Amino acid sequence: MSGLASQQYVYLVGAALFVLSIKWMGQVRTSRRGNWAGSLAMVLAVAGTLMAITFSGTSYAWIGAAVVLGAVIGVPMAVLMPMTAVPQRTALSHAFGGLAAGLVGTAEYLENAPNIPKFVMGALGAEMLLGYLTFTGSLMAFGKLQEIIPTRPIIYPGRNVVTMGTLVLAIASAVYLVINPGHEIALYVLMATSLAFGLFLVMPIGGADMPTVIAILNAYAGLSAAAMGFVLNNKLLIIAGALDGSSGLILSILMCKAMNRSFANVLFGGVGQIVAKSTGTDGPAKQVKAYTVEDAVTMLEDARLVIVVPGYGMAVAQAQHAVKELAAVLTARGTDVKFAIHPVAGRMPGHMNVLLAEADVSYDQLLELEHVNPLFPEADMAIVLGANDVVNPAARNKPDSPLYGMPILEVDKARTIMIIKRSMNPGFAGIDNDLFYLENTMMVFGDAKKVMTEIVADFKRISA
Amino acid sequence: MHELTQTDIVENLFVFVLASFLGLELIRGVSRLLHTPLMSLTNAISSIAIVGSLLITGRGVSTTTTILGALAICCSSINAIGGFMITERILRMFKRRDDAPSRGGH
Repeated sequence: MSGLASQQYVYLVGAALFVLSIKWMGQVRTSRRGNWAGSLAMVLAVAGTLMAITFSGTSYAWIGAAVVLGAVIGVPMAVLMPMTAVPQRTALSHAFGGLAAGLVGTAEYLENAPNIPKFVMGALGAEMLLGYLTFTGSLMAFGKLQEIIPTRPIIYPGRNVVTMGTLVLAIASAVYLVINPGHEIALYVLMATSLAFGLFLVMPIGGADMPTVIAILNAYAGLSAAAMGFVLNNKLLIIAGALDGSSGLILSILMCKAMNRSFANVLFGGVGQIVAKSTGTDGPAKQVKAYTVEDAVTMLEDARLVIVVPGYGMAVAQAQHAVKELAAVLTARGTDVKFAIHPVAGRMPGHMNVLLAEADVSYDQLLELEHVNPLFPEADMAIVLGANDVVNPAARNKPDSPLYGMPILEVDKARTIMIIKRSMNPGFAGIDNDLFYLENTMMVFGDAKKVMTEIVADFKRISA
Repeated sequence: MHELTQTDIVENLFVFVLASFLGLELIRGVSRLLHTPLMSLTNAISSIAIVGSLLITGRGVSTTTTILGALAICCSSINAIGGFMITERILRMFKRRDDAPSRGGH
């Protein structure tokens, strides 16, 4: 068998393993097997490629050095990264993925221009456009998640015109290259506009919309790999890229649905800059009732069912271990404790699940929106821990609210609602939350972790 | 550059469309509990771009393309090596009290 033919068989096994890896990722029981299948598929992809490669000169050394450098950077990142930083790390690796695809596209062009067939050039254009925009867009998302860049939307008048204009220019230069593949200047225009478009695309998006953005960037990174597959006439690349693309697409659709918003609204809405200053104009100033940790303990002592609603605030305060402690103390007293997980709570899909899993919360205690909402009327206490918009009743009863129509966790139906918050700052959209002013709401002000730890300490004192 | 035949192009489009539909079906079946590790896994899978990077660097047509290729290999291997490792780390954390076989859960 020739090297080329056996390479195709190795790729075929790799492709099958990629499909299985996604399938096995569907359930906790098989998920680790899925990850191993994916890793093995990647090893096969590399092995198959090296099999049929004709190395020239010093290329061995270049490849070796690049892989070693990648490992030196990648391994510590994977081992040392705290779980709260998963969204940032994901954004950063989308950036690497996009950059890799873009660079390969540029190198392919430089090698072959001007002898590039039209179809190949079209695929190359798509690969570079998607790759480079994913690179800068993901860097921007990383900056926002790491809070190097302000997380609020950065907006200016006419931004949508600028953004769309840049995209049109990028597409136009790609089309131009298809017709005139020899005009290298168009390549640089394509690269520059794609890079700029990525920045413009993510700049006006607020922190709370990051789950959708990360999912979309995931799709773009996958599609750029698929485009590379068309350029190289490589089916393994096409399959892996298509799987990634569809994953990102499904996740971003789920995130949009969970907020009752359209793609366009997330991308171009600039939600977060319009601070609705409605308080004070409609009726008398509303008062919140602040309570102490001791009050909270008293209320919790006799509770039979407690539902905790975690949000981004829990991640910021690193309160997942403290809340697990509280859950353990309450469970030991015979209280049933559940966690209510909203699909867009946190900064990426599934963010809260990972943090609670890290704190050793059993995953059968984590309930999704549809399953937990019927339980709130029976709950003696709902503890809102660093969540805001996902529990705002305005989504149900205020048609003029930007949140209206978003499926929420109906904590207001619980007997008592305890809201732990650092201050009275409103949520990402600057939208006031009526929940704070309800008769049965108790506000406990303070850092989520500190409050949790104090409640646990109080309980331990009581039982001692 | 190799001219792709019409058959190549059509075959590749078939593969792309079918793989996309398969992907959509499979992803829909993934428990929401696992959306973060799923994204971490697909991110690692997108480092498949390493195939293209290896080919470019291996051919070593010019210094420029070799350097571009090597950079791309570096980026892809960060994702490939780091991505599967971090996914494993995340998945290890998912535990149940009774450690019984998991329910599917949507």
